[in-house]
Formats: sequence, structure tokens, C-alpha cells
Amino acid sequence: MASVDIRDVKKAFGSHAVIHGVSVGIDDGEFVVLVGPSGCGKSTLLRMIAGLENITAGEIRIGDRVVNQLPPKARDVAMVFQNYALYPHMTVAANMGFSMQLRGTPKAEIEKRVARAAEILGLAPLLERFPRQLSGGQRQRVAMGRAIVRDPQVFLFDEPLSNLDAKLRVAMRTEIKALHQRLKTTTVYVTHDQIEAMTMADKIVVMHDGIVEQIGEPLDLYDRPANLFVAGFIGSPAMNFMKGRLESGRFVADGGAAVPVANGAAAKSGRATLGFRPEHIAVADDGIETRVVVVEPTGSETQVVVESGGQEIVCVFRERIAAQPGETLRIRPNPQLVHLFDETSGQRLN
Amino acid sequence: MPEAVLREPAAPLKPPTLLSRLMVNRDWLGFWFMLPAAAFLVLFLAYPLALGIAYSFTDAKIGQDIGSANFIGIENYQWLIGEFDCKWEWAAFWSRLFGGDFGALGALCKIVGDDQFHLAVFNTLFYTIVASVLKFAIGLYLAVLLNNHLPFRAVIRAIVLVPFIVPTVLSAIAFWWIFDPQFSIVSWSAKQMGLATENINFLGEPWNARWSAIFANVWRGVPFIAITLLAGLQTVPPSLYEASTIDGASRWQMFRYITYPLLTPIIAVVMTFSVLFTFTDFQLIKVLTNGGPAGSTELMATLSFNRAILGGQRIGEGAAISTAMIPFLLACILISWFGLQRRKWQQGEAND
Repeated sequence: MASVDIRDVKKAFGSHAVIHGVSVGIDDGEFVVLVGPSGCGKSTLLRMIAGLENITAGEIRIGDRVVNQLPPKARDVAMVFQNYALYPHMTVAANMGFSMQLRGTPKAEIEKRVARAAEILGLAPLLERFPRQLSGGQRQRVAMGRAIVRDPQVFLFDEPLSNLDAKLRVAMRTEIKALHQRLKTTTVYVTHDQIEAMTMADKIVVMHDGIVEQIGEPLDLYDRPANLFVAGFIGSPAMNFMKGRLESGRFVADGGAAVPVANGAAAKSGRATLGFRPEHIAVADDGIETRVVVVEPTGSETQVVVESGGQEIVCVFRERIAAQPGETLRIRPNPQLVHLFDETSGQRLN
Repeated sequence: MPEAVLREPAAPLKPPTLLSRLMVNRDWLGFWFMLPAAAFLVLFLAYPLALGIAYSFTDAKIGQDIGSANFIGIENYQWLIGEFDCKWEWAAFWSRLFGGDFGALGALCKIVGDDQFHLAVFNTLFYTIVASVLKFAIGLYLAVLLNNHLPFRAVIRAIVLVPFIVPTVLSAIAFWWIFDPQFSIVSWSAKQMGLATENINFLGEPWNARWSAIFANVWRGVPFIAITLLAGLQTVPPSLYEASTIDGASRWQMFRYITYPLLTPIIAVVMTFSVLFTFTDFQLIKVLTNGGPAGSTELMATLSFNRAILGGQRIGEGAAISTAMIPFLLACILISWFGLQRRKWQQGEAND
């Protein structure tokens, strides 16, 4: 096990720069998730850690070694690919033992370690099967088994769950998390799914257009997003935003709605963007007057889309709301839990 | 009342006619759909093959139809194969074989048979095995090379196909010139570079002629194998190479453990075709050496033609030589049939 230190790393394909200087420190045994929309450079960063892509500038350390010039096999990392990349002509056991076979590990030792990994992942009855004879979830487990038999310094996961169906994805999420808690191997996990990031990570790195937008623990990102991008990316349904101006402890939206604000925002004035999460809205008689557009009850909660001043606002209520589309609903965001962002730079103000 | 209308007794259905039943019968329709293809196969493949086999049991001369020819049983084959009364002495056999003394093989082995035919069988096997092995090795190497990121890759691939596109007779004539005893460019170059003092007699010496013919055949056959294997290489997902890189495989190990095993199904197909085409090769030998010198490059196909049409005009004998190729070809097909069977790892769903 080892820490991973990424310092001011840049990547360009020809003249096209895709990563513009990224620095992330990953502690020994930490589970770090790189999350961001497609094309943000998260997979490229992971592949640079693995050694599958050259590092254009900057430095990556694994443990106390600079690995920039090291070939992948000398970096002692293991990677799980999105399409699993299992060798189709090898049995599960051979797939898992391949790296040790290449290193000339004695057969008995390979068998012992494969058996142990298979035990951990529940693959023991499948060892003699070929990848094509396995289900998606089983293949996923074999890919993980291939990584853990090597007992590497770092696990790298490249969107490992995106080929699975929704239910299996949730189950495998738990399994990977449990595996990490058991093995305590430093893990870098790439996903575009913020729910995966929130549920699995010790630390999340939000990336966007080749830069790091924010690094922090999952709930920190949720509670105090550093900028508009993170605020909109983390949380589902996404945060509501309104443009307007701050006036003596109130936020007046361009559409006319006035929202009381607290928690350090009251002292500010001037133009800003207000953000509030759907789950931080209450029905209140003195709230903003809105018109109900859609009501979506899920049983445990009610999601209501309302419209005010030409802007749609998504609300999530724990209680059941008997509103009908077209009716008027007065709502008020919790003043303690609102987020204020600079209108031009998008940086957090409060 | 609508119900009353519905309950009115319907006219009893007529039993379907035989024709209308046949028109929906899958087996009957299938038979008709198969008929055109079957007719083609029978007319252009099965009939000539059967006719050839039938001729091989007659003493027909050219121009004689099968009905008027005398049936002579397996006499043609008896003459061709001869009587094996061999006292094999391997040392003597090999020394004579590589001494190029094939006429004497009969004396060694006391075969009372057709020496020309025996020589043609040996030549055909030698030509097929050596050329196929070379074509496979070079074709695979070229395919792996072309699969890399090269500049002008599309152009290079197109150029590789050229020997395959050129008509065989044309390339054979070109090689005829390259191997010419007086004007050969190879001899000339060798002399200029000081590698040889006089012209190389490519087509005049038995072993020179064999290797020259094999060289021409390899030159012509490599593109087919290279391009087919290249297509196979491109179906190997790049992520497998990435995974094996991280697993610590060297380039050779990647080829040995990933590329080669994944390519075996397509290798089986392409090599079967290649061996069949080489075994039955006719054009190249006909133009390049016409079987010479002294029958040392005569293949079964050219010998059959020479006996049946040119020299002897003995259709029956030529047909027997052709028919004698069938067991070799069947053996080759059987080997590849076992090689072509879906391997266990190919069964089931694809990876993604």
C-alpha cells in the first residue's frame, strides 16, 4: 500500500490540452473518487497513474517513487476496466493468475493466491469457467479478483459499474466498498455518477474541463460546494439556482421573488446567484408564490416541480403534498442552508 | 342484437386443398428455395467431379466421351502407384533424395510404377508444406507489423495487396524474367555486388527451380494471409493489451498469450484455404517452369493436365492423377475441421 501524490499534472494530445494542471494528494489506504462529466479528463488522469498514458508535465508519485518514467508493470498498480478486459480464452483462474504467471511465480503459490481471492469474492465455484460463460456481475468480480490477487500498492477502477444494470450496480457498489474496508488498499475510482462518488468515497475529486473544481469529503461537497459547477453536479435532483441581487438580508430574484437568507449571506449585497437544494424547501404561507407544474410522488417523498417568474424550481418534500398541477404553492428555501455564488466567477460567497 | 348475429351458425370451413397445405409446409418450401443453389452445385461441382472420377476408371483418349470409353477398373491407379516392394534404407533414401536422384528412388524401392507421378506427389507435398509454412510465418509477421500505428498505414496496406491483385500468369511471367538464366536481375545484382561470379541458373537446376517456384508462390500468397490475419488482429480489443501491460506482459508475451490464442480460429480458416490453393496450384508452375527441369517442379495438377491434354492425350490417366489429389485434400480439410471447431472459450456471450 502506498500514498499517491499528483502534482501539477498536465496532459496534451498533440496541441490539444485535456488536463491543465491537476494536483491531488491521496493518503495511504484512502478511497478517492474522481468524478465529473464525460470529457473532463478523469479517465485520462487515471490512465496516467496506471502508466497507460504519458504525463506531459508535472509529477506523479506512488509511495515515495516518482513514476513518470516507469512502465506500468513497475508501478505495482492493478486496474479494473470498464469493459472488464478479461482474456476470453483463459479460465477465470487463469485470468486471475496471469500476472503472477508472467512473473514466474511458482504454480502452487499462484493457485493458493487465486483460491484466496476467489474466496473473498465468492468466485470459487466459477474458477474453471470462461468469461463468456459468466454474467455481467460475475465478470465484474473476476476483474476485481484479477486486481486483488496481485496485492498491489494501488487499485485503479475505471467506471467499473457502468456496464451493469441498475440493481446490480447498487449491490456491487456496496461490495467494492466492503472490499476496500477489508483490504485497506489505496484506491482511485473514476465515475461519472455522483451517487457512486457520494456513497463510496473517503474523498471526492470533482473534475471539469481538465481542472479540479473541488476536493473534499462527500458531505463537505454537498454542504459547502466551492462553486457553481460543484453545486450543480453534486446532489440529485440538482440544486436550484436563481439570479438576482442581495438587499439587506434578502435575496431578490430577477423574476421578483424575494427569499430571506442567513448564514453569512445577510451581510453581503450586490448581484449574485442563489442556490438552494430541492430537499431544503418548505411549504410556507409567507413564501414565494409559485405555480405547480408536475407532482411526482415516489412514496418516501414527493418531488414537485413548480414555476415562478418563468423559472422552474424542483422541490422535494418528505411529507406527501396533495397539490395539483396549475395550483398555487407558496414555498420558502431554508435561509440557513442557502448557497450564494458570485455571478461572474461562480465562486462561493457565503 | 349483436349476440344473435354472432351466434348464427357459420358456414363449415372447407378442408384445405393439398396445394394450399403444401404452400405453407416449411419442408416443402425449403426444398424449393434450396433447388437453385443445389442445381448450381450439382451442375458445376458435383457433375464434373463425378465425371472426372468416372474417366479415371477408363482408358479414354482426348475427345472420346465417357460412354464409348473402355472401363478398365483401377488399372490407371495401379500403373500410377505401382507395386510397393520396398526395402527401405533410410540413409540411402535420404542421400538419394537430397542428391536429387529421384529416378533412382524406384530402383531403391523396387517400385514398378510411374516415376513421374511419384516425383509429382513428392514435389506437390514439398511445395505445399514449405510454401505454406513460409506464407504463414511471413504473413503473420506482416499482419502484426501492419497492425501498429505506422505513417501512411492505409497506403502501405494497399501496396501489400498488390501481389494478390496481379493475375497469376502475369506475375509468373515477371518471375520468369527475374529467374531468367541470362537476363536475371538477381544474377546481375549479385554479380555487381560481388556475391556471384556467374549467372545463377534458377530454373535449370532441380532444387534451384523448386525453391524459385516456392519463392514466387510465397510472394503471391502472403498478402492474402497477411490481410486476413490483420482483420483478425483488429478484432482483438485494445483493452486486453492495456490489461496485459498492467499485468506486466512484454511485447512477446502479449503476442504469445493474448494475440496468438485469440487469432487461432482465423489462422485455421486462412491456412486451410492457403494449403488447398497451394496444393492445387497450376498456373504459376505452368508458366514459370512447365514442370521442368526433367519433371523436378511437376505438380500433380500440371502432370494431370500434361497427361490428359498435352502429351499423352490420355484423359483416363490424367483423371486418375487428379482424383489421386482428393485423399490429400480431404485429409487437409479434416485436420482443419477439427481445428475450426468452436473452442470452449468461444461459446457463450461476447464480453461486452
